[in-house]
Amino acid sequence: MRTGWIGAAALLLGAQTAWAATELRFMCYQDGNECDVAKVLLEDFHKANPDIRVTVDTVPYKAILESLPVQLAAGQGPDLARVTDLGGLNKYYLDIAPFVNAAYWEENFGTTLPWFRSGPADKGIYGMMTQLTITGAFVNKTLFDQAKVPLPGPEASWDQWAEATRAVAKATQTRFPMAIDRSGHRVGGPAISYGARIFAADGTPRLADDGFKAFMAKLVAWTKDGTMARDVWVSQGGAAYQDAAQEFINGRVVYYYSGSWQTGRFEKAIGDAFDWEVVGSPCGPAACTGMPGGAALVGFKRTAAPQAVAKVVDFFAAEPVHAQLIERTKNVPAHKAIAAKGLAYPDASPAGRKALQAWSRQVAKVSPVAYAYQGYPLNRAMFNATVTRVTQAMVGELSFDDAMAKLDADVAEAVAQAKK
Amino acid sequence: MAALQRRIGPARFAWVFLVPNLVIFGAFTYLPIALNLVYATTGGLAVLPGERSFVGLENFASLLDCKNYLDPSSCSKDLFWRALFNTARFVALQVGFMILFALITALVLDRKIRGRGFFRGVFFYPVLLSPVVVALVWRWILQREGVLNAWLVAMGGEPVLWLMDAGWSFFWVVFVSIWAHMGFYTLILLAGLQAIPKDVYEAAEMDAASPWRVLTRITLPLLMPTMLVVIVLALIKGVQTFDEIYVLTGGGPGSATMLIVQYIYETGFAAQPRLYGLAAAASLLLAGLLMILTLLQLRLNRKSYRG
Repeated sequence: MRTGWIGAAALLLGAQTAWAATELRFMCYQDGNECDVAKVLLEDFHKANPDIRVTVDTVPYKAILESLPVQLAAGQGPDLARVTDLGGLNKYYLDIAPFVNAAYWEENFGTTLPWFRSGPADKGIYGMMTQLTITGAFVNKTLFDQAKVPLPGPEASWDQWAEATRAVAKATQTRFPMAIDRSGHRVGGPAISYGARIFAADGTPRLADDGFKAFMAKLVAWTKDGTMARDVWVSQGGAAYQDAAQEFINGRVVYYYSGSWQTGRFEKAIGDAFDWEVVGSPCGPAACTGMPGGAALVGFKRTAAPQAVAKVVDFFAAEPVHAQLIERTKNVPAHKAIAAKGLAYPDASPAGRKALQAWSRQVAKVSPVAYAYQGYPLNRAMFNATVTRVTQAMVGELSFDDAMAKLDADVAEAVAQAKK
Repeated sequence: MAALQRRIGPARFAWVFLVPNLVIFGAFTYLPIALNLVYATTGGLAVLPGERSFVGLENFASLLDCKNYLDPSSCSKDLFWRALFNTARFVALQVGFMILFALITALVLDRKIRGRGFFRGVFFYPVLLSPVVVALVWRWILQREGVLNAWLVAMGGEPVLWLMDAGWSFFWVVFVSIWAHMGFYTLILLAGLQAIPKDVYEAAEMDAASPWRVLTRITLPLLMPTMLVVIVLALIKGVQTFDEIYVLTGGGPGSATMLIVQYIYETGFAAQPRLYGLAAAASLLLAGLLMILTLLQLRLNRKSYRG
């Protein structure tokens, strides 16, 4: 009898050990419901892989941005995470190429895989975009209708939009004709549309070229004359992020340049209050591009179970699972085959569905320069310097030319530090 | 214990009590200082000291590289100099006005007025609030659609963008800081006033001295030791100011209200890439400044005790 009990206990202990052997931690942040949907989808994964247990730890975005890099540098941290600094964390990524069908990944995620890599020579597969975002504009259609001003067409320039929104704001007594998020990423697309090349011929970053300066000069002038909401850029210091989503929801902005990730929020918060539309990115002399971006699921090489981590990432990359993930989280697909087929977004409202489909169409208009900028590992240094220096030009702390010179110096310093 | 003392001797026995404290003090005070020195003399983006390359005094040289020290725009690290100038201006205005108001308030509260206890509580109350709460409350008051603009509009005026104009923003960070901290210094000065012997005032009264003469010849000279402590404490706290302003203005507009501690935080922890070396070098320069202020306090204290 006693031997039987000991045997049963040993069996139980053995079973527990087997379970614990492949316990994975997934550090996840969500803009909307991304982690919640991931948890639901993981139930299917657990059924198919009873020897692997993934625990999703939902954390604030700040933890991903500030705590995760420090944890990884110290050799700690989760096995998987949902991250946005795609190139910046490259040295910690697990290369899942040996464990997955690389041809499938290259075929379907080929445009975004370089974002995770250390450089052109790096052919590793490190992660999958769980959310492809595109920057672009939303307009308050009701205000245009009230002002009897026609919406500028899909090829309209920034100047045409500025003129139209000023007319709408004047006619409807709306506070701000335009607003753009206080973010270097957000102004990247418009700058590229004005001809910014972002990188010199040898591949080193050179931000303040003529195209870049052309758009930034417009942004500064529009902020000063009230075309752009002054509150968004000027009310903050440093490189702090600030959006104008609440102002748009409250009907105080005619035209709001942000990105596809705001769609779910607007769908929920605006409801029937007014009609809104996605109009994408206006044109400049060189392009009509927004900036791609988004969040990705990656595994870390510090994990004790690389094969299990690769299995989880590959599970989310499989077409049927990925389609569900994107549809339920109301995002734009980065998966080529899914994008080609299109998604129905059955849970979205008619306005939300129309917006998501409009964002999907914008993907084709994204400039290769914008993809390169998004994939550059030190792009955050460039984004932050843009915000800090352009704001200084807006408030008159620096002349526009000095601000641009300092911006280039800041980026050069970041590159030099990275080489040390 | 007694056996241990006999075994190792009374001189060594003191270490038994000192070592635990020294270990904790070393781990949480001296080790971070040493690490800060390591970071200040190394470069690169790595977090771990072992992975960073030695650059000597390069970070300090970079911070101090200026064509004209009176023009921050001419400096390689112009934000550092802007933060330094802002800190000097902030400390001069905040400490000057705060001590003046605290002194006046203490003098009033030292008199036998009705509701003295209540007013002491009123002036001390903001000190009990978290700096973040203070800043959020004032942000609600000062924002575009805040309480102050609502009142201005109700009075027939035009709303003012208090936090989007460099001059107004600076005025409000000084004002809010004085409002939040004045009560603490008022209380110290009040204690100093109450420590002045009453017989000196009785003697002045018998000599028919005017109130102004009593204030300038008796009260202020006898309050001076307390006043010195208050000035130096306020100076040190002023230089260290961060949280209130960070929440109220974020250091903006531009860098109009960015003080030196925020510069260090932004450089080392908030901005990308994180320039730990530069932030550590700036923090050592700040430590030097605070050390000078502390030595000044010690020296003045000694002088006033001797006096």
